[in-house]
This record gives sequence, C-alpha cells and structure tokens, in this order.
Amino acid sequence: MTYLYAFLVGGAICAIGQLILDFTNLTPGHMLVILTVAGAIAGGLDLYEPLLKFAGAGALVPVSGFGASIARGALAEAKRMGILGLFTGVFEYTGMGIAVAVFFGTLVALIANPKS
Amino acid sequence: MASEKAKKQVSNLPHMTQASQEEKRRQLAYKELVQKRKPRPRYLRNVLVAFVVGGAIAILGQVVLEFFKSRGLDLNAASAPTLAVMTLVGVVATGLGIYDELGEFAGAGAAVPITGFANTIVAAAMDFKREGWVLGMGAKMFIIAGPVIVYATLAGVAVAAIKFIASP
Repeated sequence: MTYLYAFLVGGAICAIGQLILDFTNLTPGHMLVILTVAGAIAGGLDLYEPLLKFAGAGALVPVSGFGASIARGALAEAKRMGILGLFTGVFEYTGMGIAVAVFFGTLVALIANPKS
Repeated sequence: MASEKAKKQVSNLPHMTQASQEEKRRQLAYKELVQKRKPRPRYLRNVLVAFVVGGAIAILGQVVLEFFKSRGLDLNAASAPTLAVMTLVGVVATGLGIYDELGEFAGAGAAVPITGFANTIVAAAMDFKREGWVLGMGAKMFIIAGPVIVYATLAGVAVAAIKFIASP
C-alpha cells in the first residue's frame, strides 16, 4: 500500500512543481528553491514527519523531502546535543547524497560530454 | 488568408480607402494566425506527465527505502542511504544521456525528485569543464543545486532553531 501512497504523493509534489512552471514565469531553479524551502519549513516544525510515515519515498524523494531532511537533521541533532546540533545535524540525512553527487558526478563528467 | 472574423471587423470601417482596408485586413489575419500558432503550454498534458513520471521515480525510491528498512534501519536512518542511492541513479542516468531526455519529456516530473537534483549537478559539471577544472567545473557544479542547498539550510536551521527553543 505504501507504494501506492508513494506514487500519489510523489506525483502530486511533482505536479505542483509543473503547475508553478507553467502558470508563473519562474525558472526551474526558482521552483526547486520554493519546494525545498517549503519542505524545510515543514520539516523544521515536525510537520513533514507524518507525510513521510504515510508516503515513504513519495515524500522523501522529491526536493521538498530533501529540504525537510535538512531541517529534520538539524532538529534531531539539536534535541540530542543542544543548540550546536542545529549545525552538526544539517547534513545528517542529506550529506551522503550531496557527497555521492559530487564524487560520482565528477567521475561522470570526466568521461562523458554534454550531448549538444 | 483573411478569416470571416477579420473581414467583419474591417468592413466596420467604411471611411478607409480600399488599399488601407486591405492592409488592415492582412494585419488582423496575421495577428489571428500568430495567436493560433503560438505554442501554448499544454497544461493538462504537462501536469499529468509530471505526476506519473514523478510518481514512478517515487516508487523506485520506495523500493530502495524498503530495502534499507528490511536491513533493520528505521525510517530516519534509512533516509540518508535512500537519498544517496537515488542521487546515484540520477548521476548515472545523466551520464548515459537518459535523464536529459526524460527532463524534456516530463518537465517537473524529472526535475523535482532528488534524481533531478543530481542531474543538475552532473549536467553543470559536464557543461562547465570546458571553462577549466577549478573555476569552471569546480565552481559551477552547484549552479542550480547551490541555491537549493543554501536556502534549504537557511530555512531549515532557522525553523529548527525556533522549534527547538520553543520546545527543547
């Protein structure tokens, strides 16, 4: 059942992104920032957690989940080790993805070229 | 070719000479043609494709998430490796040239998932390496992903701080 919820919620968040692109003059970069910040605010207020429990990757995989993960990491570490945890926890859940993107992204860029 | 509508509009202007009427008619017909041919975003198609493709990528993410959960990680602990694996999927798909085509087809359906985030990093790295390794690729790799990380960190830390101080 989680797979269905993942599909519906993940799809819905992407659809919101598409509506922002089609009905405003915002660039994809702006749209991504809006969704991520919305996720970060929801995550920081512990509001994203229920959506994650309900839809799993449907909430985690869109960039809003990335933003929420940044805030959730900061909040979780702050609860564990005090106010400094805000900063040590920021990339607790997302740092691995960023490191993977930089490392393997560079490897790919070394061997592959843009198509056009 | 002047349409009926254009003809009717022009015949309402009797004071015009034959030549200027003809000119006016042509302009109106041209305007109509431009209006008809101007590509309008296909709203319904775009939003449906974004929904289906984004949802499909989320299902793939769910498969990865379930895998890590089956290895004994809870939802929080499993989110980091899930995000990392999906990032790797985006990196590889970009290297193979698949992701750019998916992006053209699916718009936000490809851009919004974390795989699209990875795509922006790899695509920028490939594009800017011709400007040099340090000031090109190194500096501009995060040209789209950078703002996302910056504003998510600002918002995330600020809101988490408020929440933490309000209820430690």
